[in-house]
Amino acid sequence: MFENLGERLQNAMNKIKGYGKITEENISEVSREIRLALLEADVNYKVVKEFVNNVKEKALGEEVAKSLKPGEQFVKIVKDELVDLLGKEKADLNLKGSPAVLMVVGLQGSGKTTTIGKLSLLLRKKYHLKPLLVACDVYRPAAIDQLKQIGKQLNIEVYDEGKKDPVMIAKNSIEYAKNNGFNYVLIDTAGRLHIDENLMAELEAINNAVNPKEILLVVDSMTGQDAINVINGFNSHLALTGAILTKLDGDTRGGVALSVRHLTNIPIKFVGVSEKMDGLEEFYPERMASRILDMGDLMSMIEKAEEVIDQDEAMKTYKKIQKGNLDLEDFLSQLKQIKKLGSIENILKMIPGAKKMGLNNVQINPKDMAHIEAIILSMTPYERRHPEILKATRKQRIAKGSGRTVEEVNRLLKQFEQMKTMTKQMQKGNFKLPF
Amino acid sequence: MKIFDKFKKVFNKQEQEEILLYDKGLEKTREVFSSKLNLLNSKYKKVSDEYFEELEEILIMADIGVNTVMNFIDKLKKRVKNEHITNASDLKEIIVDEMFIIYVNNDIIVNKINFASSGPTVMLFVGVNGVGKTTTIGKIAYQLKQEGKKVLLIAGDTFRAGATEQLIEWANKVEADVTYKENADPASVIFDGLNKAKNDNYDVVLIDTAGRLQNKVNLMHELEKINKVISKIIEDAPHETLLVIDATTGQNGISQAKSFMEITNITGIVLTKLDGTAKGGIVLAIKEETNLPVKYVGLGEQKTDLKTFDIEKYIYGLFKDMDGDNLEK
Repeated sequence: MFENLGERLQNAMNKIKGYGKITEENISEVSREIRLALLEADVNYKVVKEFVNNVKEKALGEEVAKSLKPGEQFVKIVKDELVDLLGKEKADLNLKGSPAVLMVVGLQGSGKTTTIGKLSLLLRKKYHLKPLLVACDVYRPAAIDQLKQIGKQLNIEVYDEGKKDPVMIAKNSIEYAKNNGFNYVLIDTAGRLHIDENLMAELEAINNAVNPKEILLVVDSMTGQDAINVINGFNSHLALTGAILTKLDGDTRGGVALSVRHLTNIPIKFVGVSEKMDGLEEFYPERMASRILDMGDLMSMIEKAEEVIDQDEAMKTYKKIQKGNLDLEDFLSQLKQIKKLGSIENILKMIPGAKKMGLNNVQINPKDMAHIEAIILSMTPYERRHPEILKATRKQRIAKGSGRTVEEVNRLLKQFEQMKTMTKQMQKGNFKLPF
Repeated sequence: MKIFDKFKKVFNKQEQEEILLYDKGLEKTREVFSSKLNLLNSKYKKVSDEYFEELEEILIMADIGVNTVMNFIDKLKKRVKNEHITNASDLKEIIVDEMFIIYVNNDIIVNKINFASSGPTVMLFVGVNGVGKTTTIGKIAYQLKQEGKKVLLIAGDTFRAGATEQLIEWANKVEADVTYKENADPASVIFDGLNKAKNDNYDVVLIDTAGRLQNKVNLMHELEKINKVISKIIEDAPHETLLVIDATTGQNGISQAKSFMEITNITGIVLTKLDGTAKGGIVLAIKEETNLPVKYVGLGEQKTDLKTFDIEKYIYGLFKDMDGDNLEK
C-alpha cells in the first residue's frame, strides 16, 4: 500500500536533504513534486493545495532555518502534516447498548458484505462477545447468500428474512438479538448511489427504526476525486460515525485516506488489508503516516530517542565525531544512551527495511552489553581517552578488574577501532550500512 | 463554428434515445463538470495563469489523470501562445477539441465486439474486486439474448462468497444458461463450460472471473492459467477480454489497465457505475497511456442499462451545457 506515494514523497524529501538549506527557490521545486505525488495518489485537490501550502510555510519558518539539519526537519514537517490529515488520534467504536447496533453502508462493490464479516470476527476476537449479522441487502442478486456463506465460514449467525422489507428485517433482527443474547448487531445494507433518493430514504428509515450507535461508510480506497461527493452524499442523509477503507492491499496510493477526515471530519476507523477474513485492522493515523512514508516506525524511534537521550551529551559526541577524535569515554556514554532506549531487538525492528536486512530476527544478549561496560569502567580515565597506550600488562589488569578475558578486551578495542573508521567514513559521506 | 454541430450531425434519430440515456446517466457529471467550466469562462475574460490553474483543478477533479491533465494544459498554453488567443471564451472550443483528440489520437476507434468466424465467441471479464463484472455479464447476456443468440455464462469466480449464486440469478433473469461447480478451481469450471459450449453449439460464452487486485502476483498468475485453458479448448479464444473498471476509480485505474495488460490480452474496457457523480475521466488517461478503448458503459442497475461506448456521445454528454446560448450569459 502507498508504495508509489511514499516513494515520491521520499524523493522530494531527499532533494531537500541534498540542498542542505531550504530556500524559497528549492522549496518551490520540491513543493511541486509533492503536489504531483499527492494528486497522483488521488488526494482531494483542495486538500493537496492546503497541504502543500502548509508544508511550504512551515519549511520556510524560523525553526527550520535555525536547525542544523533542515532536511530532517522537513521530513518531520511532512509527516506531521500527514498525521494531521489522517486524523491524529485513533477513533474507537461506540459499542454502547445491548445489543450495540452497527450499520454498514456504501456504494455498490465497495466491499460492505465482506467487511461486515471481518468486523464481526474482529469484535468477537477483541471482546469475546456474540455478534449477529443481518442481511438487509435484498436487491443485489445473491447478496444474502454471500452473507450467509461468510457467517457459516466464521461460525457467526446470520439473520435474514429473504427479500422482504429491509426496514422490517432490521427492526426484527434487534428483537431477535435481544431474545437470543447477542451483543452486537451488524446490519448489512444494499449498495447504492448516494444520489439515489429512494434508496437513501430507505437507509434513513432503517436508521430511524433501529437507531444504530455506529453508521459506518465503506469506501473503496481506489476511489478517485469522486470520494468526497460520495461521503458527503451519504453524510447528508445519515450522520456517519466513521469510515472503513477497503482494498488497501492493492497498489492504491491512499488518496481517500488522506482526504476523508480533513474534508468531512469523519474518522477512519478500520482499514481492509487482505481478502482473508482476518484482514481488517484498526486504524492508527500515526502508523499509517509512517507506512505512507515507508519509514517503518522510525519516527517513533526518533521520538523515543528524543525522550531519553541527553541532547547536550549527544551534541558533544557529535562534535567529537566531526573532529574525528572519538574515544572510549564517548563509546561508554553512547552505550548508556542506547541502554536507555530499551530492548535493542525491538528498536531494530523499527528500522525501515528491517525485514530485508534480517534485523527482525537479531538476538542480542544483554549480558554482552554489561561486559563491555565493565571492561571500559576498569580502565583509567586516561586510558579511555588514549586507548592506543593499552599494551599487554594494562590489558591483563583490565581483564582482571572486569572479570573478563584479555581476548574480550582485545575484541572490544578492535570493535572500537572499526567504529572510529566507520564514523570517519560517515564524515566523508560514503558510509554504507555493514549489513 | 460551433464544435457541437459536428457532433450533432453524427447522431441520427435512432441514436437519440441512447443519447438521452447517456444524458441521464451523465447528468450529475455534466452538471458539476461543465457548470464549473462555464463558471470559469465567465469568471475570466482573459486567459491567464489563474485561468489555467482553475482549469487544471476542474480536469483533475474529473479524475482525468494527472499526467494527461498536465500535458493537456501544456498543449493548451502552447496553442494560446502560438495562436495569440487572449479571450477565455475563444478557448472553450479548443478545450473540447483537444479533449476529443486525447481520446481519438488519430486512431480508428473500434468498439465493436470481435465475434469468432466459426464456433462460439468467448468473452472473458476481468478486473479488481467490486467493479461490477458479474452485473456487466448479466447485462451483456441480456443484449445478446435480445439479438437471438444462444448464450452460456460460466461462473469462474469460485472465490468470493455468493458470486456463483449471483451469476445464476442473472442467468435466470435473462434466460441464459450457466455452468457452475461447487468448490472447484476456476480453470476446471471454465474447462467444463467451454466444452459444453462447443458441443452444444452456443454462439457466445461469457466467463466471469474472481476480482483480483492487480498487485497480487498469484492471482494474476491464476488468470494466465485460465487463459491457457481457454485457448486449449477453443484455439483463438478468448475473442474479447474486457477489463471492467468502476467509474469512481481514480489514478489506480491506469495501474489496473497496465497490470492486466501485462498478463492478458485486454481488448477493451467496460466503464461501470457512470450513473453516479463519478466522471470516469480516468478512461481518457487510460486511452492516452495504454491505447485501450472503452467498449461499454454501465449507466444503471437494470439489465438494459449497458450501452456501447461512444466517445462523441461521452464528450457531448460532458460538455452539453457548454453549447448554445447559455454560454453567452
